[in-house]
Amino acid sequence: MAKRVAQRVEPMATDTTKDYTVVIGLEVHVQLLTKTKVFCGCVNLFNPENPNVQTCPVCLGMPGVLPVMNREAFRLALKTALALNCRIARFTKWDRKQYYYPDLPKNYQISQYDLPFSHDGWLEVASDEEFSEKRRIGIIRVHLEEDAGKNLHDETGRGTDSRVDLNRAGTPLLEIVSKPDIRSPAEARRYLEELKLLLTYLGVSDCNMQEGSLRCDANINLHLQEGDETIATPIVEVKNLNSFRAVELALQYEVGRQLDEFRSTGHRLGDVPKQTRGWDEKREITFGQRGKEEASDYRYFPDPDLVPVTVSDKLLEEIRGELCELPAARRERFRQQYGLSQYDASVIIDQGRRFADYFERVAQECEDGKQAANWVTQDVLREMNQRKVDIDKFPISADDLAFLLKKISARELTTKSARDVFAELLAGADSGTPPSAGRIDQIINERGLALVSDAGQLEGVITAVIARNEKAANDFRNGKQAAIGRLIGEVMREVKGADPKLVRQMLIEKIVGSEEA
Amino acid sequence: MEITQATAAELLRAMEQNELSCVEVTQAFLDAIQTRDVAVQAFLHVDPERALQQAEAVDQKRRNGQSLGRLGGLPVAVKDVLCTQGQPTTCASRMLQNFVPPYDAHVIERLKAEDAVLLGKTNMDEFAMGSSTENSAFQKTRNPWNLEHAPGGSSGGSAAAVAAGMAPIAVGSDTGGSIRQPASFCGVVGMKPTYGRVSRYGLVAYASSLDQIGPFANDVHGAALLMEVLAGYDSRDSTCADRPVPRYTERLDQPLDGLRIGIVEEHFTEGLDAEVESAVQDALKIYESLGARIEKVRLPHSRYAVATYYLIAPSEASSNLARYDGVHYGFRAQQFSNMVDMYSTTRGEGFGAEVKRRIMLGTYALSAGYYDAYYLKALKVLRLIRRDFDEAFAKVDVIAGPVSPTPAFRIGELVDDPLAMYLSDIYTISANLAGIPGISIPAGLSREGLPIGLQLMAPPFEEERLLRAARMFERETDWHRRRPKLMLTPQAGE
Ligand SMILES: [Zn+2]
Repeated sequence: MAKRVAQRVEPMATDTTKDYTVVIGLEVHVQLLTKTKVFCGCVNLFNPENPNVQTCPVCLGMPGVLPVMNREAFRLALKTALALNCRIARFTKWDRKQYYYPDLPKNYQISQYDLPFSHDGWLEVASDEEFSEKRRIGIIRVHLEEDAGKNLHDETGRGTDSRVDLNRAGTPLLEIVSKPDIRSPAEARRYLEELKLLLTYLGVSDCNMQEGSLRCDANINLHLQEGDETIATPIVEVKNLNSFRAVELALQYEVGRQLDEFRSTGHRLGDVPKQTRGWDEKREITFGQRGKEEASDYRYFPDPDLVPVTVSDKLLEEIRGELCELPAARRERFRQQYGLSQYDASVIIDQGRRFADYFERVAQECEDGKQAANWVTQDVLREMNQRKVDIDKFPISADDLAFLLKKISARELTTKSARDVFAELLAGADSGTPPSAGRIDQIINERGLALVSDAGQLEGVITAVIARNEKAANDFRNGKQAAIGRLIGEVMREVKGADPKLVRQMLIEKIVGSEEA
Repeated sequence: MEITQATAAELLRAMEQNELSCVEVTQAFLDAIQTRDVAVQAFLHVDPERALQQAEAVDQKRRNGQSLGRLGGLPVAVKDVLCTQGQPTTCASRMLQNFVPPYDAHVIERLKAEDAVLLGKTNMDEFAMGSSTENSAFQKTRNPWNLEHAPGGSSGGSAAAVAAGMAPIAVGSDTGGSIRQPASFCGVVGMKPTYGRVSRYGLVAYASSLDQIGPFANDVHGAALLMEVLAGYDSRDSTCADRPVPRYTERLDQPLDGLRIGIVEEHFTEGLDAEVESAVQDALKIYESLGARIEKVRLPHSRYAVATYYLIAPSEASSNLARYDGVHYGFRAQQFSNMVDMYSTTRGEGFGAEVKRRIMLGTYALSAGYYDAYYLKALKVLRLIRRDFDEAFAKVDVIAGPVSPTPAFRIGELVDDPLAMYLSDIYTISANLAGIPGISIPAGLSREGLPIGLQLMAPPFEEERLLRAARMFERETDWHRRRPKLMLTPQAGE
């Protein structure tokens, strides 16, 4: 599976004659959308404006308190792991990861060490932007843990004390660790996009990087090919990545930097301690960070306050039953069932579950998947973006759009007229007239957009138009194809809503037929 | 009736029959604290006003004919390791000297719900680490039987309070013997229940997998009564057992027919004081006279119990005590240069020597490269110790033996010899490792006039069997009726 990608990398100049493979593994943390925190009853909400209001003795780490596992969090975690094709451990336990930090009230984090609840899964990611091929990225493990609080440092300079907000402390957090299967910075981004899509489809997380509900650290090094020898450069962990774009840019930068570093130092994997680098978004460079603790020993041990969890067949079956159709499967089905291109199917699926639901409703109602895909990916998406609304707030319902598209298939409306109706529906919605089937018919009637496909009604007009335009008719007879356009235009002006295809066909028959006569 | 010498049952009866009001009873114990605790130093915090308010409320309920909880106005002393809302909870540590919890421990809620009157909080070894209560950051509690001697520990304050008639019943916690050993030293009844029998919610953790809350009383009935109140399911403690709590007091006086008592050969070896040994032998003769059969059992791995304990308990403690860092609550050092320095200075100044010793032991045992050799191996031995007990209890109903190798040692005698101090829990530690219940009952006095306890242990959740077996002995003896001189000679102001 490992495909070698020879990368030409900016912004640093590199020796492109050298052959190398980029090796990337991602560690993603996602907050779960539970009502309450993972080990206490506090509400689980992003609330930075009101620090320390979503707290209780348990998540404050007061003396004498005890954690109790939130079953809902565990269910969401199982759901995610199943969707990531992971193997579920039937016996899992909780461990304490110990380090001192002010945002960690107990100075240990309840996490999972040697027996995570799930392991050995995979996620399929498109191999390029055109979706021409899929690559399977291995998942080493997914485990559940509690989030820490947030330290708020004085950024104005020296003098003011730092403060700690523990609203976030105890939020259920999934750690998803990929294998080092990712072979390019762009693939790392696509992996994250696909992961986000999956998690939002499942409804287990909102994956909002700005609010910190999805966080990503990346491990990267290069395998350089020199003759028969493969040389691995030291692995670097990149942190402070606060967007998917930042992940891609930082990794691109790292590829160049590691090449240059190798050329100047010759350091190989194992020669130097693992380095942690931060991403400077403004300067678009990574920079060396001092290690949190020189060699951190987290002194993991089983948390004696929590009992191990056993996962029954019944629970697993229940959760499997709750799984919706996953994005990858749905993408494939859209391709087959509605005859969509890989690209269109991906655009629709990548917009999220509700958007795909919208498309599917339109496709089923208007009975033309391709037509539905064209409209949804172009017209609807464009209008959504302009209005900055998501599909739930889009004024034209799937049923109304299907009603409109059906008229095109039934040759009662041209595509162009349908676009006019679409625009007018939206304009109406903006001024307080809600779109509806009745409203669509009303617009068509008022503007006389209905297609005239009655040959009898057209016959006379066509005869008259040809008679008035002998020269054009002759030009057409003599092979000047463009001449027909003027005639079609004239007929259409006289008969509003005439079916242009029919007009063209009748004109040709008439002109060519009269010559033969 | 001399109120402060009475048993819980006698006090309850007197209050129920309106011979005494709850206020009178409470006042008598508050007076006793005022006069006797100057010498004994069992209490860290007494709240007379609040206690009398509670007592008044109980009397009011009684006057109104309202039903009362099972403790119906009995005053109780509580080890200062249990969180009490709005009242200091210090764990006898500088670290929590000014800490006032915003919540009640589960057992405090239970005590209040059953109409106990909370007298105050008792002294202990800092964070329950110790066997003499000398590790308290604030004061040294004296053994009421001889003020030169230690009351044992870590629940020394609760044991001494009951022994000195400053409370008829008290609550303690036991991680390696911290209820049974001071009960033995102070000549009172003290029981460590099965792990999981009592919710630990609100018990400031020392070693989470071994800690268990239990009762002190001046007779078995008092301990049984308090156990009924303390025990029971609590969803806030994941390790708490969801199973019904028997009415321990109901069948307490029914002897156990054909009782099979195991004695452990390994208990009667070098290091066991001759007077303690003969007290245990005398007790066994009494049981035999009641029809019990004595059988030898073996606990071959119990010789590793102390070593195992001193790996598991400090490991958990090193983690449990990490939260005391000066950031969120409790003590913070005055002077520090940066964050890491604030941590180390705060913990350096806030913790006493024994706590630091155990934190270091535990940190070391959990460190990378040592975990397998120490912590993991200790867990394996722990399983062997459990298996020993399972096999023993297949043959006998209870196991009897000494509580501690010696009667109460002198204050200061062992402070410079931590290993000798650790060995004073050699007979009690196994029950914590195995998670089984154990009880100490008064079974003699040494020539020096210091109490000697008898320990009984039973299989998990057989507290009722344990209490009934203890009661069988108690009915035949009057050791539990003995009182230290301190109580018999009225003090100034009494
Ligand atoms: Zn909370």
